[in-house]
Amino acid sequence: MEGAFDWAVIWKSRQILWDGFLMSLQLFGIALAGGIFFGTLLAMARLSRWSFLSYPATGFVNLIRAIPFIMAIFWFYFLTPMIVGKITGQQGEAVGPFGSAVVAFIMVESAYYSEIIRAGIQSIPRGQPWAAYALGMNYWQSMGHVVLPQAFRNMLPIMLTQAIILFQDTSLVYVVGLKDFLGAASKQGQITGRLVELYVFVAVCFFLVCFLASWLVKRMQARLAVVR
Amino acid sequence: MDWGVFLQQAPSGGMTYLGWLASGTMWTLLVSIAAWIIAFSLGSILGVLRTTPLRIPRAIATAYVELFRNIPLLVQMFLWYFVMPEVIPKAWGDWIKTELPNLVELPFAQFSMWEFLAAVMCLGLYTASRVAEQVRAGIQSLPVGQTNAGLAIGLTLPQVYRHVTMPMAYRIIVPPMTSEFLTIFKNSSTALTIGVLELTAQSRQISEYTFKTFEAFTAATLIYIVITLVVIYLMRGLEGRVAVPGYISRAQH
Repeated sequence: MEGAFDWAVIWKSRQILWDGFLMSLQLFGIALAGGIFFGTLLAMARLSRWSFLSYPATGFVNLIRAIPFIMAIFWFYFLTPMIVGKITGQQGEAVGPFGSAVVAFIMVESAYYSEIIRAGIQSIPRGQPWAAYALGMNYWQSMGHVVLPQAFRNMLPIMLTQAIILFQDTSLVYVVGLKDFLGAASKQGQITGRLVELYVFVAVCFFLVCFLASWLVKRMQARLAVVR
Repeated sequence: MDWGVFLQQAPSGGMTYLGWLASGTMWTLLVSIAAWIIAFSLGSILGVLRTTPLRIPRAIATAYVELFRNIPLLVQMFLWYFVMPEVIPKAWGDWIKTELPNLVELPFAQFSMWEFLAAVMCLGLYTASRVAEQVRAGIQSLPVGQTNAGLAIGLTLPQVYRHVTMPMAYRIIVPPMTSEFLTIFKNSSTALTIGVLELTAQSRQISEYTFKTFEAFTAATLIYIVITLVVIYLMRGLEGRVAVPGYISRAQH
């Protein structure tokens, strides 16, 4: 690296960095929606009285939580194209790198979210679903109209905190060479020889976004506490 | 499936692929334990500072926690490894990058003391911010009366922390500290991005050399699970021994 720092490189790389940031956001959005959706199903399966549902769900969640996020990314990065290929009969590029990363993130996040949601469901007094059943609702109606709305409300601050962690974790797709925000900065840094400036910029951006977001969550938490 | 692959000679002097896995496991543990020592000591200090009535130390500890919690670990890893040597005086930067001894050398990969230290520093300082929050929560879960009683019988504030607050707090926060240690243990895999050949990195290397991806990943996954279970088992024992009578403790169930 030659001479003093050259911060103009960030302005020159703005297009690439912005594209990378958008990819991170996209991954974040899909993983968040998918994680909460499948996490809810996993939590319901874990709490089921049928062991053919609760055992595999518990096993999956504990397995994912026992291994590093990066290891899970490698696993799904390896398995997804293989399994999709087997199903569709296509060899090779049935799903691209981004698709595999999306699957990995949804899987890992659904395991993490299922723990939060399970605690949320368990925080609802047993009498509530019983009352719903007594009114003639079935399982899905009692879950959908009585238990889950309250569980999500109780869990909202923790779910949002987890979302901030998820946003930070999107940077881990760097390990499979995707050009997310960090990956784009890294590539650009290697091309221009200005890794220092670009990494500092990425750190500052992440800090500002996450700090602001956690501040908002804290404020919302304080307000919810008053309402309750 | 071909599990015999681990007994094959790897392309480095006299080592099997099983040897690569063992070496990766060792480095995962070394990085985790070294980082944990930093995280535990610094995190305890920061956590205590956040509960003291001293305004400036409290603000510093809060700023530390906010700073380290809101930057992704991977980005922090790059800040220590790539950025730090460039912003310190050039001679020092060159020294750490070139003069530190190599720790592991494989035919196409090696890493030096510097990669190891950067990973330990990064993980340790990052996790300190998380430990600090646990310590603070532990201290704040104690009734204020305990501190007041300590002060009333004439102890100074440091003495109250040393003899009243901390012995209680540490015993209460054993379970969250266990999960923090497991987090540092899993997070140590981010060190592979700066070239530390820990367990995940070695399993990927084996997969690249032998094309036995499934076997390589399964082996690493099993090792992670076994170590996690051992840690949980040991900490359950510790939790049972140090449980405060009268407090709800998981180990008693």
